[in-house]
Amino acid sequence: MSTPTATRPTLADLEVIARRIRCDIIEMTTRAGSGHPSSSLSEVELLVGLYYGGFLRHDPLRPDWPDRDRFVLSKGHGVPALYAILADRGYFPREWLDHLRQIGAPLEGHPNMRRVPGIEASTGSLGQGLSIGLGMALATRLDGRDYRVWVMLGDGECDEGQVWEAAMTASHYRVGNLTAIVDRNGAQQTGYTRDVMRLDPFPDKWRAFGWEVREIDGHRWDEVLAALDWARQTTTGPTAILANTHKGYPVSFVMAEFGYHGKALTEEEARRAREEIGCS
Amino acid sequence: MLVGDSIGLKEGKATRVAFGETLVELGHEDPDLVVVDADLNNSTRTDLFARAFPERFFNVGIAESNLVGVASGLATCGKKPWIASFAAFMLCNAFDQLRMCVAFPGLNVKVVGSHGGISIGEDGPSQMGVEDFALAGALPGFVVTVPADEVATRLLVRQLHAHVGPAYMRTGRPNVPIVYTEETPLQLGKAHLLRDGDDVTLVACGLMVAVALEAAALLERDGIAARVLDVHTLKPLDEEALEQAARQTGRIVVVEEHLAHGGLGAVVAQALARRWPVPMRFVNLGDRYAESGKPRDLLEKYGLTARHVVAAARELIPQPVPTGS
Repeated sequence: MSTPTATRPTLADLEVIARRIRCDIIEMTTRAGSGHPSSSLSEVELLVGLYYGGFLRHDPLRPDWPDRDRFVLSKGHGVPALYAILADRGYFPREWLDHLRQIGAPLEGHPNMRRVPGIEASTGSLGQGLSIGLGMALATRLDGRDYRVWVMLGDGECDEGQVWEAAMTASHYRVGNLTAIVDRNGAQQTGYTRDVMRLDPFPDKWRAFGWEVREIDGHRWDEVLAALDWARQTTTGPTAILANTHKGYPVSFVMAEFGYHGKALTEEEARRAREEIGCS
Repeated sequence: MLVGDSIGLKEGKATRVAFGETLVELGHEDPDLVVVDADLNNSTRTDLFARAFPERFFNVGIAESNLVGVASGLATCGKKPWIASFAAFMLCNAFDQLRMCVAFPGLNVKVVGSHGGISIGEDGPSQMGVEDFALAGALPGFVVTVPADEVATRLLVRQLHAHVGPAYMRTGRPNVPIVYTEETPLQLGKAHLLRDGDDVTLVACGLMVAVALEAAALLERDGIAARVLDVHTLKPLDEEALEQAARQTGRIVVVEEHLAHGGLGAVVAQALARRWPVPMRFVNLGDRYAESGKPRDLLEKYGLTARHVVAAARELIPQPVPTGS
């Protein structure tokens, strides 16, 4: 069982884990020949911080433990990163990663809660995860449990009106056990978010909807861990961690060029990416 | 009364009221029952539950998409949410959420669409749920029900709550005639035979059940024995009862307060095409929206009265050959 009081790994440990997860992301999506590696790479520090930093209360051996924290990946296309982490933490055998997106295999292109232990919600139609997480958070009021619900959204996803319906409702009900983590990688399907649909002033929007906000560099361990800790401690209302990230981080050629959204790397690109990441 | 006067039916409550009252009863019995609302509780009548169990009632504001998502989150944590809005808004506004958050994961969320059909009257077509059978029926794993009166509503709400899995129920705005007695053994998934006859079967649901009973009385005057079958559960469909009706009466008329496409007529025709094809006619709203007006006038103008059902049945029945002249 992993609790906030468990021994925390060192930053060096986290760095090693994050590298391993990134290597898995590249390998599994290139093998599958499709998927969203760049959207997965941007969220790695945030997810590793949550799942290994002692902030998410969970037990891989008991995925249906009623008192566990819930994690909802609202940006369902970023699921390769989550699959790699869940496998690494022991929710299911690592071999499953080899069959990403294959017919008959449990790891589908987007999360399916009925097929994968550790997946808390079926997502993939953007904009819905915060409402689902809000429902989970409200459930604690009825049965006296004290778990926290963490929801990861993409920034492009925040174009969806339902995100703001849920944001308004969460602050209206003063839901103190709900945290939104926005992977602000700045790009969406057809362009940069600033060109497709301007989100700025982004932190002000969340504040205006009644949320406590922290804006961080989503690739810096000290900032990621401090923000997760702050969210864990804040129980007066909903909290938002707006994490500035880079799509494709740290692979230089994926970060440099728009156009890698929803595309697996070729064998040759994957080789270069693995080299840059430092995969063995 | 809206319909049913001609055969002496007694006016009962609106199905939405019977739904709200039954939720309160169930709330006393099951502490896991929660209700989520998108600010229409005094119309859908979940306000009755809200007053009785304020701690188990959440109004998420005028936000149907959010409503469905919140309910699904509650369901993953073992709660048994019932959600209600107007049928038009619930199905049309939040269809993607019903698909992704409820149907796809097969979560135990009970969805109620009130103000179904054109019999809501003066508020007009924007408020009329006339696509809900097609939309709810399209969702894999959903049970779809349409009670005819307050008695059926009470029985079906209880049976739906006992059923684990997603379900949709349509309720209506106006007071409607009572066609059942409290002792009627109405069963989810089983069509109910309200009147026997061998010449033609009138298949109906919701308010149209009373209309079909009126039509059967009119047909009887002309010596035609019409069977009336209440198919209150559109999904799963009671194909056995329909096949039996097709075999025994050889003619089927399907009556519904819904658009022509994807409703009761469509599912009945699909089943009978496979099991026992017979000549059929369809009494419904066709392929058009209605307008504001008094409920009774709307039913008349848009073709949903006993007279229209009789005309449809007559098309199927060979006319006696004129003699003498």
